[in-house]
Amino acid sequence: MARIIVVTSGKGGVGKTTTSAAIAMGLAKRGHKTAVIDFDVGLRNLDLIMGCERRVVYDFINVINGEANLNQALIRDKNCNLLYILPASQTRDKDALSIEGVGKVLEELAKDFQYIVCDSPAGIEKGAYLAMYYADDAFVVTNPEVSSVRDSDRMLGILASKSRRAELGMEPIKEFLLLTRYDPNRVESGEMLSLEDVQEILSLHLLGIIPESKSVLTASNAGVPVILDEKSDAGMAYADVVARYLGEKRPHRFIESKKGFLRKLFGGK
Amino acid sequence: MSLDVNKNYDMQPVLEFKSSTFFVLVLIIHSNDLMMIEQKLREKTSQAQDFFRNSPIILDVRELNQQSHGIDIIKLINLIRSIGLFPVGIRGGDDQQNLQAASLFIPVDMSQSSASSQAEIQKTVTSSPSATSHEVIKEIVVSTATTLINQPVRSGQRIYASGDLIILTQVSAGAEIMAEGNIHVYNTLRGRALAGVQGNRDARIFCSDLQAELISIAGDYKTSEDLKDITPRKPVQIYLQDQALIIKELI
Repeated sequence: MARIIVVTSGKGGVGKTTTSAAIAMGLAKRGHKTAVIDFDVGLRNLDLIMGCERRVVYDFINVINGEANLNQALIRDKNCNLLYILPASQTRDKDALSIEGVGKVLEELAKDFQYIVCDSPAGIEKGAYLAMYYADDAFVVTNPEVSSVRDSDRMLGILASKSRRAELGMEPIKEFLLLTRYDPNRVESGEMLSLEDVQEILSLHLLGIIPESKSVLTASNAGVPVILDEKSDAGMAYADVVARYLGEKRPHRFIESKKGFLRKLFGGK
Repeated sequence: MSLDVNKNYDMQPVLEFKSSTFFVLVLIIHSNDLMMIEQKLREKTSQAQDFFRNSPIILDVRELNQQSHGIDIIKLINLIRSIGLFPVGIRGGDDQQNLQAASLFIPVDMSQSSASSQAEIQKTVTSSPSATSHEVIKEIVVSTATTLINQPVRSGQRIYASGDLIILTQVSAGAEIMAEGNIHVYNTLRGRALAGVQGNRDARIFCSDLQAELISIAGDYKTSEDLKDITPRKPVQIYLQDQALIIKELI
């Protein structure tokens, strides 16, 4: 049975696509056959982050409409042969998605894949709704900032009430928190919400903290998921996230600033 | 009563008293024309015979009395019984009507002037604005059920309870919880909480940590702007006193 993961947030620009690419690659690298689907119809981005934009022929909407079969549309990743990408259509809009169509595609993928990662668009409209509807697990991507936290909270309400699992009265979607763009120095100076502040409002199972890092932008522009940059802090943080999701126990890193650590070492305040 | 139970040596209690709440139909009488009442009652009950068969009924003659239309309660009760309903109480009657009812062993509800029954009446009026004045009979279900929530109430979610509302989890900013009765939040309240939304001025809000965006009882409200001086993480209760919302720490 495939596990369907939705990467969602409500708010835009918090790192959903970066996270989708990273965890899909992480799961595949650990030997699980994984598909990652771009639900952001009309604003296709995932193919760029994955570096496969030149190989897009057919897309998700073509498959839903029966204009192409799944094997024609799936793009095999150049770095990992267990990872496949189903790109969004750039020329259509979210209305081209239908609940039955999405269900059919996911059902077909589930026969062949162990993990299906759904990269949700921002907002709470049709695209985001359909991305989370069939999910088993939700990665809620949040920035340490009040509007992002509130939007995540809203999204959690939708996950709890409007998903297929909620409608059928099944076990609810498992919700995980991913705190991205975290900067311990700015938290210390009070410019940014701390992990505790965020958890006071969301109270979710924390899967990981991804530090604010230059390597994310570099990786995006190069079309390589940041998790493959194993020396970067963001890459290591995503590797931890995947390991924790698969059941490994790893201590959380990147919560405290290096300066803070030194200061503690020398007893200064 | 407890003496009797104690005298029972084989430890098997013979009886006990328990308080319990039931759903009962209230039959509000708007006309004193017994012929019309009979005709309409038969019409209504024939639409759902199983539902109405031997159904207990509380008679409400308050509106009728407000219009100073007298009615023979004995005849009315006999009429209702002949249709197959069981009158189990009367409210809103005057002294003579209450005596008549008591002579037929129909209990009289004296609490009918309380705020809660006013709220009920208000509810029936507001919930059926399209009802014409020709309609003789209206039924309402008196709901005093308690709603219990144990999942977090997230931003954007709305919860409406027709009785009391008990929430064990946090209520996020941007969420809205409403109850016709009291609201209890045994966690942090950050959203909006509206108690007594049908006009019950005796409703109260209780919460263990008040950081709400808005609190309201029977339409009287305060926003977070007015709540700035409240110490967070202290259990409080909120109630109405002389048109003013009082916020008091619970010890």
